[in-house]
Amino acid sequence: MTVMQRKPVNPIAHLTAEDIEVIGKELDAIRDRVMADLGERDARYIRRLIRTQRRLELGSRAVLLFSLFPPAWIIGTAGLSIAKILENMEIGHNILHGQWDWMRDPKIHSTTWEWDHVSPAEQWKHSHNELHHRYTNVIGKDNDLGYGIMRVDEDQRWHPLYLGQPLWNLINACFFEYGIAAYDLELGRNLKKGRHRDPAFRARARAVGRKIRRQVLKDYVLHPLLSGPSFLSTLAATFTANLVRNLWSHSVIMCGHFPEGVETFEKTSIEGETRGEWYLRQMLGSANISGSRLLHIMSGNLSHQIEHHLFPDLPSNRYREVVPEVRALFDRYGLKYTTGSLPRQVFSAWKKVIRLSLPNRRPRDRASNRSAPALRTSGA
Amino acid sequence: MTTTVQRPSAPASLRRGLLRLAAAVTTPLLPDDYLDLVAPLRAGAELRGRIVEVRPETPDAATVVIQPGRDWQGHRPGQYVRLGVDVDGVRQWRSYSVTSAPAGRHDPITITVKAIPDGLVSNHLVRHAQPGTIVQLDQAQGDFVLPATPPARVLLMTAGSGITPVMGMLRSGALAGADVTLVHSAPTAADVIFGAALRDLAAGGALRLVERHTRDDGQLSLADLAALVPDHLERETWACGPAGLLDGLTAHWTAAGRGERLHTERFRPTIISPGEGGTVTFGRSGVTVAADGSTPLLEAGETAGVLMPSGCRMGICYGCVLPLRQGAVRDLRNGSLTTAVPGDGVLVQTCVSAAAGPCDLDH
Repeated sequence: MTVMQRKPVNPIAHLTAEDIEVIGKELDAIRDRVMADLGERDARYIRRLIRTQRRLELGSRAVLLFSLFPPAWIIGTAGLSIAKILENMEIGHNILHGQWDWMRDPKIHSTTWEWDHVSPAEQWKHSHNELHHRYTNVIGKDNDLGYGIMRVDEDQRWHPLYLGQPLWNLINACFFEYGIAAYDLELGRNLKKGRHRDPAFRARARAVGRKIRRQVLKDYVLHPLLSGPSFLSTLAATFTANLVRNLWSHSVIMCGHFPEGVETFEKTSIEGETRGEWYLRQMLGSANISGSRLLHIMSGNLSHQIEHHLFPDLPSNRYREVVPEVRALFDRYGLKYTTGSLPRQVFSAWKKVIRLSLPNRRPRDRASNRSAPALRTSGA
Repeated sequence: MTTTVQRPSAPASLRRGLLRLAAAVTTPLLPDDYLDLVAPLRAGAELRGRIVEVRPETPDAATVVIQPGRDWQGHRPGQYVRLGVDVDGVRQWRSYSVTSAPAGRHDPITITVKAIPDGLVSNHLVRHAQPGTIVQLDQAQGDFVLPATPPARVLLMTAGSGITPVMGMLRSGALAGADVTLVHSAPTAADVIFGAALRDLAAGGALRLVERHTRDDGQLSLADLAALVPDHLERETWACGPAGLLDGLTAHWTAAGRGERLHTERFRPTIISPGEGGTVTFGRSGVTVAADGSTPLLEAGETAGVLMPSGCRMGICYGCVLPLRQGAVRDLRNGSLTTAVPGDGVLVQTCVSAAAGPCDLDH
């Protein structure tokens, strides 16, 4: 992928400025219609999911009290892994987006929810909702592009450190929640700029420290202790469940913006961006994963990454329903709706991580394409 | 100087320690979150109730029997309870008078609801509420109550669902032995909530009942009242009904210099009528500004020098939400309206919401 404005063939060159605003209006209409239709069945969905997740977690942890017995270890670990995935993805991520705020239930609300993750909800909401969703795929603005440790776009300058990025990515996948916490803290940038004494940064770092302590105490001390003679096997089980959850969420999230076919954007391209242009950037900057209903739930419906990025506060159970309309819109305006199976998209994303660990193969002719204007196109 | 700090008793500190341990085991949730799955009405839980039964009273009114949670502290006759009900998935809070007599703290209570036209919650409770549903509750409140020693001569003036707090008083037996007159207005005899029970009480001599069926006889005037109850100004009076009725009574009793004898209960104290723009009050910042119908509340606050939380400024990140204590706002993206009255605790996205009438933000 290359910053869209520098591509020899600009994928939106055929759109006029009016087209883009019409696309925006059509998407607004889809959102308004679903928002107006929210009700009892949606509320039942999220409540039932939360109830199921809590029962599964409680049951799995109870089984793990006897994790010395291999069948108990296997069942408990599998159950806990699934519970942790549901908690982070379909429940936590989406509640923290404000998708369920409309219910006015203080127990299921973006302002009160805390999740099973080492990054405190407050900090994650800032870096994710406010920065990533606003500046999606804008090089230099959206830190989700490579999480600040990887080169995922030809237009990011190569550095020998990137040679190791397949390894960094694997390590990041295994300890993904810690990676996210460091990322939400902008740890690298803040340390490099000598901001480690800045009181605001220190306060946030302390909050992360407290959250990590609580999470570690629960998973690696208290539950193993409660298991008595099964101490070590329960410790291994919770570690495994966290590992499974991390690998799974890392894979799903990599598929959202890294696979081939996804566009990136220049910093200057979003100056004075209209609502239609913002929508268009979300359409071109995200990729879906095709699969079963179960895959969608387990991925927190991030398998509908395109729909999620268009409507980040739409309840996740509704993404599936708007897919046909959104897809038809892509087709009508000749835009590429990037989607593929999980193995294919994971492979595509990893291929890119490996390919871009090396410098670009041939020097790019930048001057010739530089003049292509932002999201404003031929007709503008 | 020496100070002695009382050490907490051993059981208390043990209990606290165990609670902390339980919280560390369930973090980031609380033990309560798991207990709520099985025992939502237990002691120590947030106050809730379970609907036990819904009994029709008239074609458009029903009595809802609610089993309150273990921490329910009981009520005094005439008091109301705030009830949080999920209608179409959205939690709505309303106040309803308790119509049952005070009983044991663990006994069910009743409220009686009249479905009003376009009344979201009242229609839901009367027509769709199902036994077994969990509702949110607050402790009973309100000072529309009888004194410890009930007066010898009492006038009760009610209209429509205004009978509900008075029914709680009558059922409590606190007025037994007093000279009680009840003047109640309803469109027809069939519309009289608790009609049969009231007529029974009257037949048994517990009170004198004057029913006014307004469809045929018209609204009750003050002249009618003077004719029906000549000594009304000598009676300790409790009145509950529409604002028009209460305003008239208040003026009449005050003009006669007997204002202290009249006790009123107003339902729906605030009526929010949305418009375009309005004055926005940032309560805790002590700032009030005028904002037009196209200026986001966030911008109005910032321009007035209020330190506002903010984020994406386009309605996607929910970093700017603030509680709307009271008032109406319009979503600038699609024009949808959100209204709030005190206690609703509605959170609004200030970056995409503009004032649609006076707004009071808790910030």
